[in-house]
Amino acid sequence: MPRRIRRMAARLAGPGLAVTYLSLLVLLPLAAVLSSAFSSGPGAFWQAVSQPEAVAALRLTLLCSLAVAAVNSVLGLVIAWMLVRDDFPGIKVVGALIDLPFALPTIVAGLTLLSLYGPNSPFGVNVAGTPAGILLALAFVTLPFAVRSVQPVLAELDRETEEAAATLGASPAGVVRRVVLPSIAPALLAGAGLAFARAVGEFGSVVLISGNLPFHTEVASSWIYSLSQSGDLSAAAAVSVVLVLIALFVLVGIGLVRRRFGVAESV
Amino acid sequence: MSNFLGSRARVLPSSAVGLLVALFATCAATLPAGAAGGNVALVAYSTPKPAFAALISAFAKTSSGTGVSFSQSYGPSGTQATDVASGLPADVVNFSLSSDMDKVVKAGLVSPSWDSGPTKGMVTDSIVSFVVRKGNPKHITSWADLVKSGVKVITPNPFSSGSAKWNLMAAYGAQLAQGKSQTAATSYLSDLFKHVVAQPSSASNALQTFLSGQGDVLLDYEDDALYAQRQGEPISIVTPPQTILIENPIAVTTKAADPAAAKAFVAFLLTPAGQKIWGQQGYRPVLASVAKQFSFPKPEKLFTIESLGGWTKVNGSFFDPETGKVAKIEAGLGVSTSSG
Repeated sequence: MPRRIRRMAARLAGPGLAVTYLSLLVLLPLAAVLSSAFSSGPGAFWQAVSQPEAVAALRLTLLCSLAVAAVNSVLGLVIAWMLVRDDFPGIKVVGALIDLPFALPTIVAGLTLLSLYGPNSPFGVNVAGTPAGILLALAFVTLPFAVRSVQPVLAELDRETEEAAATLGASPAGVVRRVVLPSIAPALLAGAGLAFARAVGEFGSVVLISGNLPFHTEVASSWIYSLSQSGDLSAAAAVSVVLVLIALFVLVGIGLVRRRFGVAESV
Repeated sequence: MSNFLGSRARVLPSSAVGLLVALFATCAATLPAGAAGGNVALVAYSTPKPAFAALISAFAKTSSGTGVSFSQSYGPSGTQATDVASGLPADVVNFSLSSDMDKVVKAGLVSPSWDSGPTKGMVTDSIVSFVVRKGNPKHITSWADLVKSGVKVITPNPFSSGSAKWNLMAAYGAQLAQGKSQTAATSYLSDLFKHVVAQPSSASNALQTFLSGQGDVLLDYEDDALYAQRQGEPISIVTPPQTILIENPIAVTTKAADPAAAKAFVAFLLTPAGQKIWGQQGYRPVLASVAKQFSFPKPEKLFTIESLGGWTKVNGSFFDPETGKVAKIEAGLGVSTSSG
């Protein structure tokens, strides 16, 4: 009898733990942001998110994040391919370096990018104070997502299928398009989604190199920071809710596309 | 026995949780708690960090400071005030503007009579200065020079930085000090914003941006500029003919764990010895007797925030993110200059 109870308790402990942890870390904070956003009523919410500076910042953030997710998906795939398929001295070191953008405090990343690609750039590349600077910073912090999500799938890829396709007369491009891409597409999209979501909320690495000029290079997270510093916490929460909704929308969209790939695969 | 072995896998997750909890507890323990006996939790805005390092070591050599330990927290003034008001333990608070002190007073953590002392609650003074490239190649000497064609200005974002508010009120008040009308002063602000090429989120980010090579002029606290100069940065400091007197408030909180130590520290900061160290660190001493020992440049006209209506009024009319004058100027410029 006690053993059965113990077993039942053990069986419940796993999911119970997961739900509690998820609630404490994700659901509760998101609910708090949502309730704060509407704390002054729907009119105030609409005013906060339709203000010209907020709209400009949200649009810039959305466009830059989409662009970076797209670019990093392609280049992340190229890097992952190199790590999995190529073999040259030092490749292990390169592999280990990929994750470092995660470890570097974002403000340090911002300072470093500013010194390398700012007005005093040793290569003569100055993107400070421009949207290109924002793209650069976002690309830097989201690259690990793009590489790490496709890399394991590439490593697992059955090379015999590729070889079979090649012997059956498929061109290298055809092999990639017909064999490789369909298998890695779900992982590629997942990586793009993660990169996008991270880019949407990124603050530290962007603010320095962007110049943070309202209507030109001010990203949404920075406008939200300004609102919170001005004591307008419900407006800050309102713009954050829009940011989260944008991320949710894109992630759900990616999920739908992934499912379609899954279906195509099984047919 | 087999039961024990069988349940081992289930036990693992819970022991992992135990480990996590222990980790969190360890992290929490290293935070400044209301420690017993001679500890002062100092919460201040960012710029005086190096000055406090010198002041705390000097305080330790005094009879009242022997054995007093410090936990220190530095950050943007507004953030620090909000954090203290919402529970960050603090025995001594030091902000960049008095409206931040008001937040803490409203939360009941600082006595409303904090500004009744001989220095009216202020521990340091400073002014808004122009930071230019070494040798002043663009010959910037006045506010009018900032809006000449081709001059690029950097000032932090006024909605996120207390320093930016001082800068803009200096710019506005300087116009009034030159005999211009309020309308003309507002339109000067609008012209000035057309020359602003970056609005970093904080004063320190603004300095980094300027030092990276962007812009011709940075509007900055004089003390911050002097600190950068002492660090060997290639800059020159220009004192505008008309500028604002910056006054930085300090107070002991009502929740101080060791009120005697906290009060002794604040008292030391206001002694001639303490004020002299502030002076050496680039701040203008609030004691006239000590200020005399330093040769800080004297602007032709120095005005206070009170002469412009005080922070409460100015925060509402200039810096409300939706209805303030500055928000409207930025929105006007943004709509007319951003094409997409």
